[in-house]
Amino acid sequence: MKQAPFRAMNASAQQAPHPNYLEARRLSGLSDDPRGTVTRLEAVPFRLVSGAELDEVQVAYQTYGTLNAARSNAVLVCHALTGDQHVANPHPITGKPGWWELMVGPGQVIDTERYFVICINVLGGCLGTTGPKETNPATGRPWGIDFPVITVADMVRLQAALLDQLGIPDLFCVIGGSMGGMQVLDWAARYPERVFSAIPIATTARHSAQNIAFHEVGRQAIMADPNWAGGAYYGGPGPKAGLSVARMAAHITYLSEAGLHAKFGRKLQDRDALAFGFDADFQIESYLRHQGSTFVERFDANSYLYITRAMDYFDLAADYGGLLANAFRDTRTRFCVVSFTSDWLYPTAESRAIVHALNAVAAQVSFVELETDKGHDSFLLDVPEFYDVLRGFVGAAAERRGI
Amino acid sequence: MATTVAEARARDIRVDLLEIGKMVESGSRVLDIGCGDGDLLYHLVHDRRADARGMEISREGVNACVARGLSVVQGDADRDLADYPTGAFDYAILSQTLQAMRDTRAGLEQMLRIGRRAIVSFPNFGFWRVRLQLLFAGRMPDTATLQNPWYNTPNIHLCTIRDFISLCTELGVTIERFIAIDAGGKPSPIAHSPRLANLLAEQALFLLSYDGKRDPAGAPVYSD
Repeated sequence: MKQAPFRAMNASAQQAPHPNYLEARRLSGLSDDPRGTVTRLEAVPFRLVSGAELDEVQVAYQTYGTLNAARSNAVLVCHALTGDQHVANPHPITGKPGWWELMVGPGQVIDTERYFVICINVLGGCLGTTGPKETNPATGRPWGIDFPVITVADMVRLQAALLDQLGIPDLFCVIGGSMGGMQVLDWAARYPERVFSAIPIATTARHSAQNIAFHEVGRQAIMADPNWAGGAYYGGPGPKAGLSVARMAAHITYLSEAGLHAKFGRKLQDRDALAFGFDADFQIESYLRHQGSTFVERFDANSYLYITRAMDYFDLAADYGGLLANAFRDTRTRFCVVSFTSDWLYPTAESRAIVHALNAVAAQVSFVELETDKGHDSFLLDVPEFYDVLRGFVGAAAERRGI
Repeated sequence: MATTVAEARARDIRVDLLEIGKMVESGSRVLDIGCGDGDLLYHLVHDRRADARGMEISREGVNACVARGLSVVQGDADRDLADYPTGAFDYAILSQTLQAMRDTRAGLEQMLRIGRRAIVSFPNFGFWRVRLQLLFAGRMPDTATLQNPWYNTPNIHLCTIRDFISLCTELGVTIERFIAIDAGGKPSPIAHSPRLANLLAEQALFLLSYDGKRDPAGAPVYSD
C-alpha cells in the first residue's frame, strides 16, 4: 500500500524506540517506527458525531498473521483507555511485552497463526493516530484542546473506514475489554453485518455516574497542573504531576480491595517502622507512584482528557431510542459477554444489562462471570478459566464460520 | 421407537436426554433452561442440528458449557425468562429442573410464552419406591433421581405425574406427548395409563403446548 509522507512526531513518540521493540520489528522485517504502520485516511473529511470535521486523519495500527484468501479470518482487537496498537509485540517505549500477549499470539485464544489480527490506535490516542498531540493542519502546531471532542462511535467509525481502505469486508471477531468492550458493543450495533462474533469484556453499555466521577477527578488533576498550560504544553515539560495523579487514582479503580490487601496489605516499603513523614511508607504508595511515573513516559495528558470524555459520553441505548435492545435488533452476531466478580468499576450488573438486551432480541449470546480477586484489570491478567472459556467460544465460532 | 441403553452409552448421554432430543425437530430454535454442563445442549447442537442456547444458574456449569463452544448465559430461570421475547424459540426445555424452580407454575407459563412448545422432564414423586420408603421407613426417599438429603436438596417443588397433569389442565396446556421412563432409565409402554405410570415411572417427560394437537398415535386425554 502506498503511504503518504508524514510530519515529524512530537512529544513522547519522539523518544527512541526501546531495544526490545526494535529487535521484534527487525525479526519481522519491519521498520523502526514506534507507531507500527501508519496510513492516511482516504475518506476525508471525516465527520464526527459532534458535527466537527477532520480534513486530515492518520491511523496507526499493528497487524499480526495473514488475511486468508476469503478474507474471512480478520479479528479486530480494541484497546482500552490507556492501551495502544501494540497488543502482541514489545512496547516501543517501555520495552514491556504487548498488553494482551496472554490473549493474542501464536497458539493463544486469538491465534495469530490462524487469524489476521489488527489493532488500531484509537482516534484521539497518542501513538500515531490523529489526536490532540498531532499537528493541526490549520495552524501547523499541535491541536491541544482545539482538537474536537470525540466519541466511542467516532473511534469505531474510523476503524471501519480504515478496514474499508484495507479491503477487509467484515470481521470474524471483534474483542476488547473496558473501553475496548464499548467499541465492541458499538461495532455490533452499528455494523451488525460486519461482525460475525463479538466479545465485550468487563464493560458497560452506559458509563455510570461513578465512572464519570472518577474520570473527572483524573481530568481535574491534569488541568490543575500549571504545566498543563491550557493544553498547549507541547515542547515544554507537560503536566507530568497531574497526569501521574490521574493515573494513580484510576489505577485503584482497576484493582479490588481484596486484591490490594492480598498483594500489599499494610506492608512497609524498604523500612521496618513508620517514618512519620510523607514519603512512601507503605508498599501500596510506592506501587501507585511507580504506576503514575511510568505512565507519563508513554501517554499524552490531552489524549487522557479526550479519551476519558469519550467514555463518559458512551450511552449506547441513547443512540437507539433509549432502549438497549433496539441497538441489537435482528442481530446475527454471536456474542460472548464476560464479567469478573471483583470488578467494581464495570460490575457484573452492567454486563447482565447487556445480556438482558441481547436476550430480548433472541440473540445468540453467552454470558460468563468469572471468579477472581483481581478487579477490573482481570481481563489483562492470568485468569486461566477466562482463557479456557474464550477458547471454547472462539473455537466454536471459527468452526461455524468455516475457518 | 425406544432408545437402547447401549445407544445412550455409546454417546455418553442419558437416555432421557436422547428422548428429549428426539422430540426436537431438526434445525429448530431451542432454549435449554437449567442446562448444567451442557450434555443435552451439545447433543441438540451436534446431533439434532438445532440452534440451541442454554441458561444455567451455576457459574461452573456456564463456564463449562461456553468452554465446550455452547451458547449459554448465566441466569436464574425464575427471574430471567421474562427477558426473552414471546415466541423466540420453537422449544423451551426444562430437563430435571422443574422441581427446583421457586415459582413452578409461572415458570411453565413463561416457557410456553417464549417457546411454541415446552419439553419438561422431572422425577416422579409418585414412583412406587418413593411411596414405599415413605410408607415403611417413614423417611424422605433416596432414589436414583432423588439423591440429595432433605436438608440440602435443590428440589423444593417435587410432584407426581398426576399432579403435573392436573397443573397442565388448570393452565389449559395441551399434553402433546407423555413418555414414562422406568427404573432402568428406558421409555416404558405404561404411559397409556397415567395412574399406572404414576406408580411405575421413575421419571416423566412431557411435550406441551397451548392449543396443540395430541399425539395422533392414540395417546389418551390426560386429565384427572
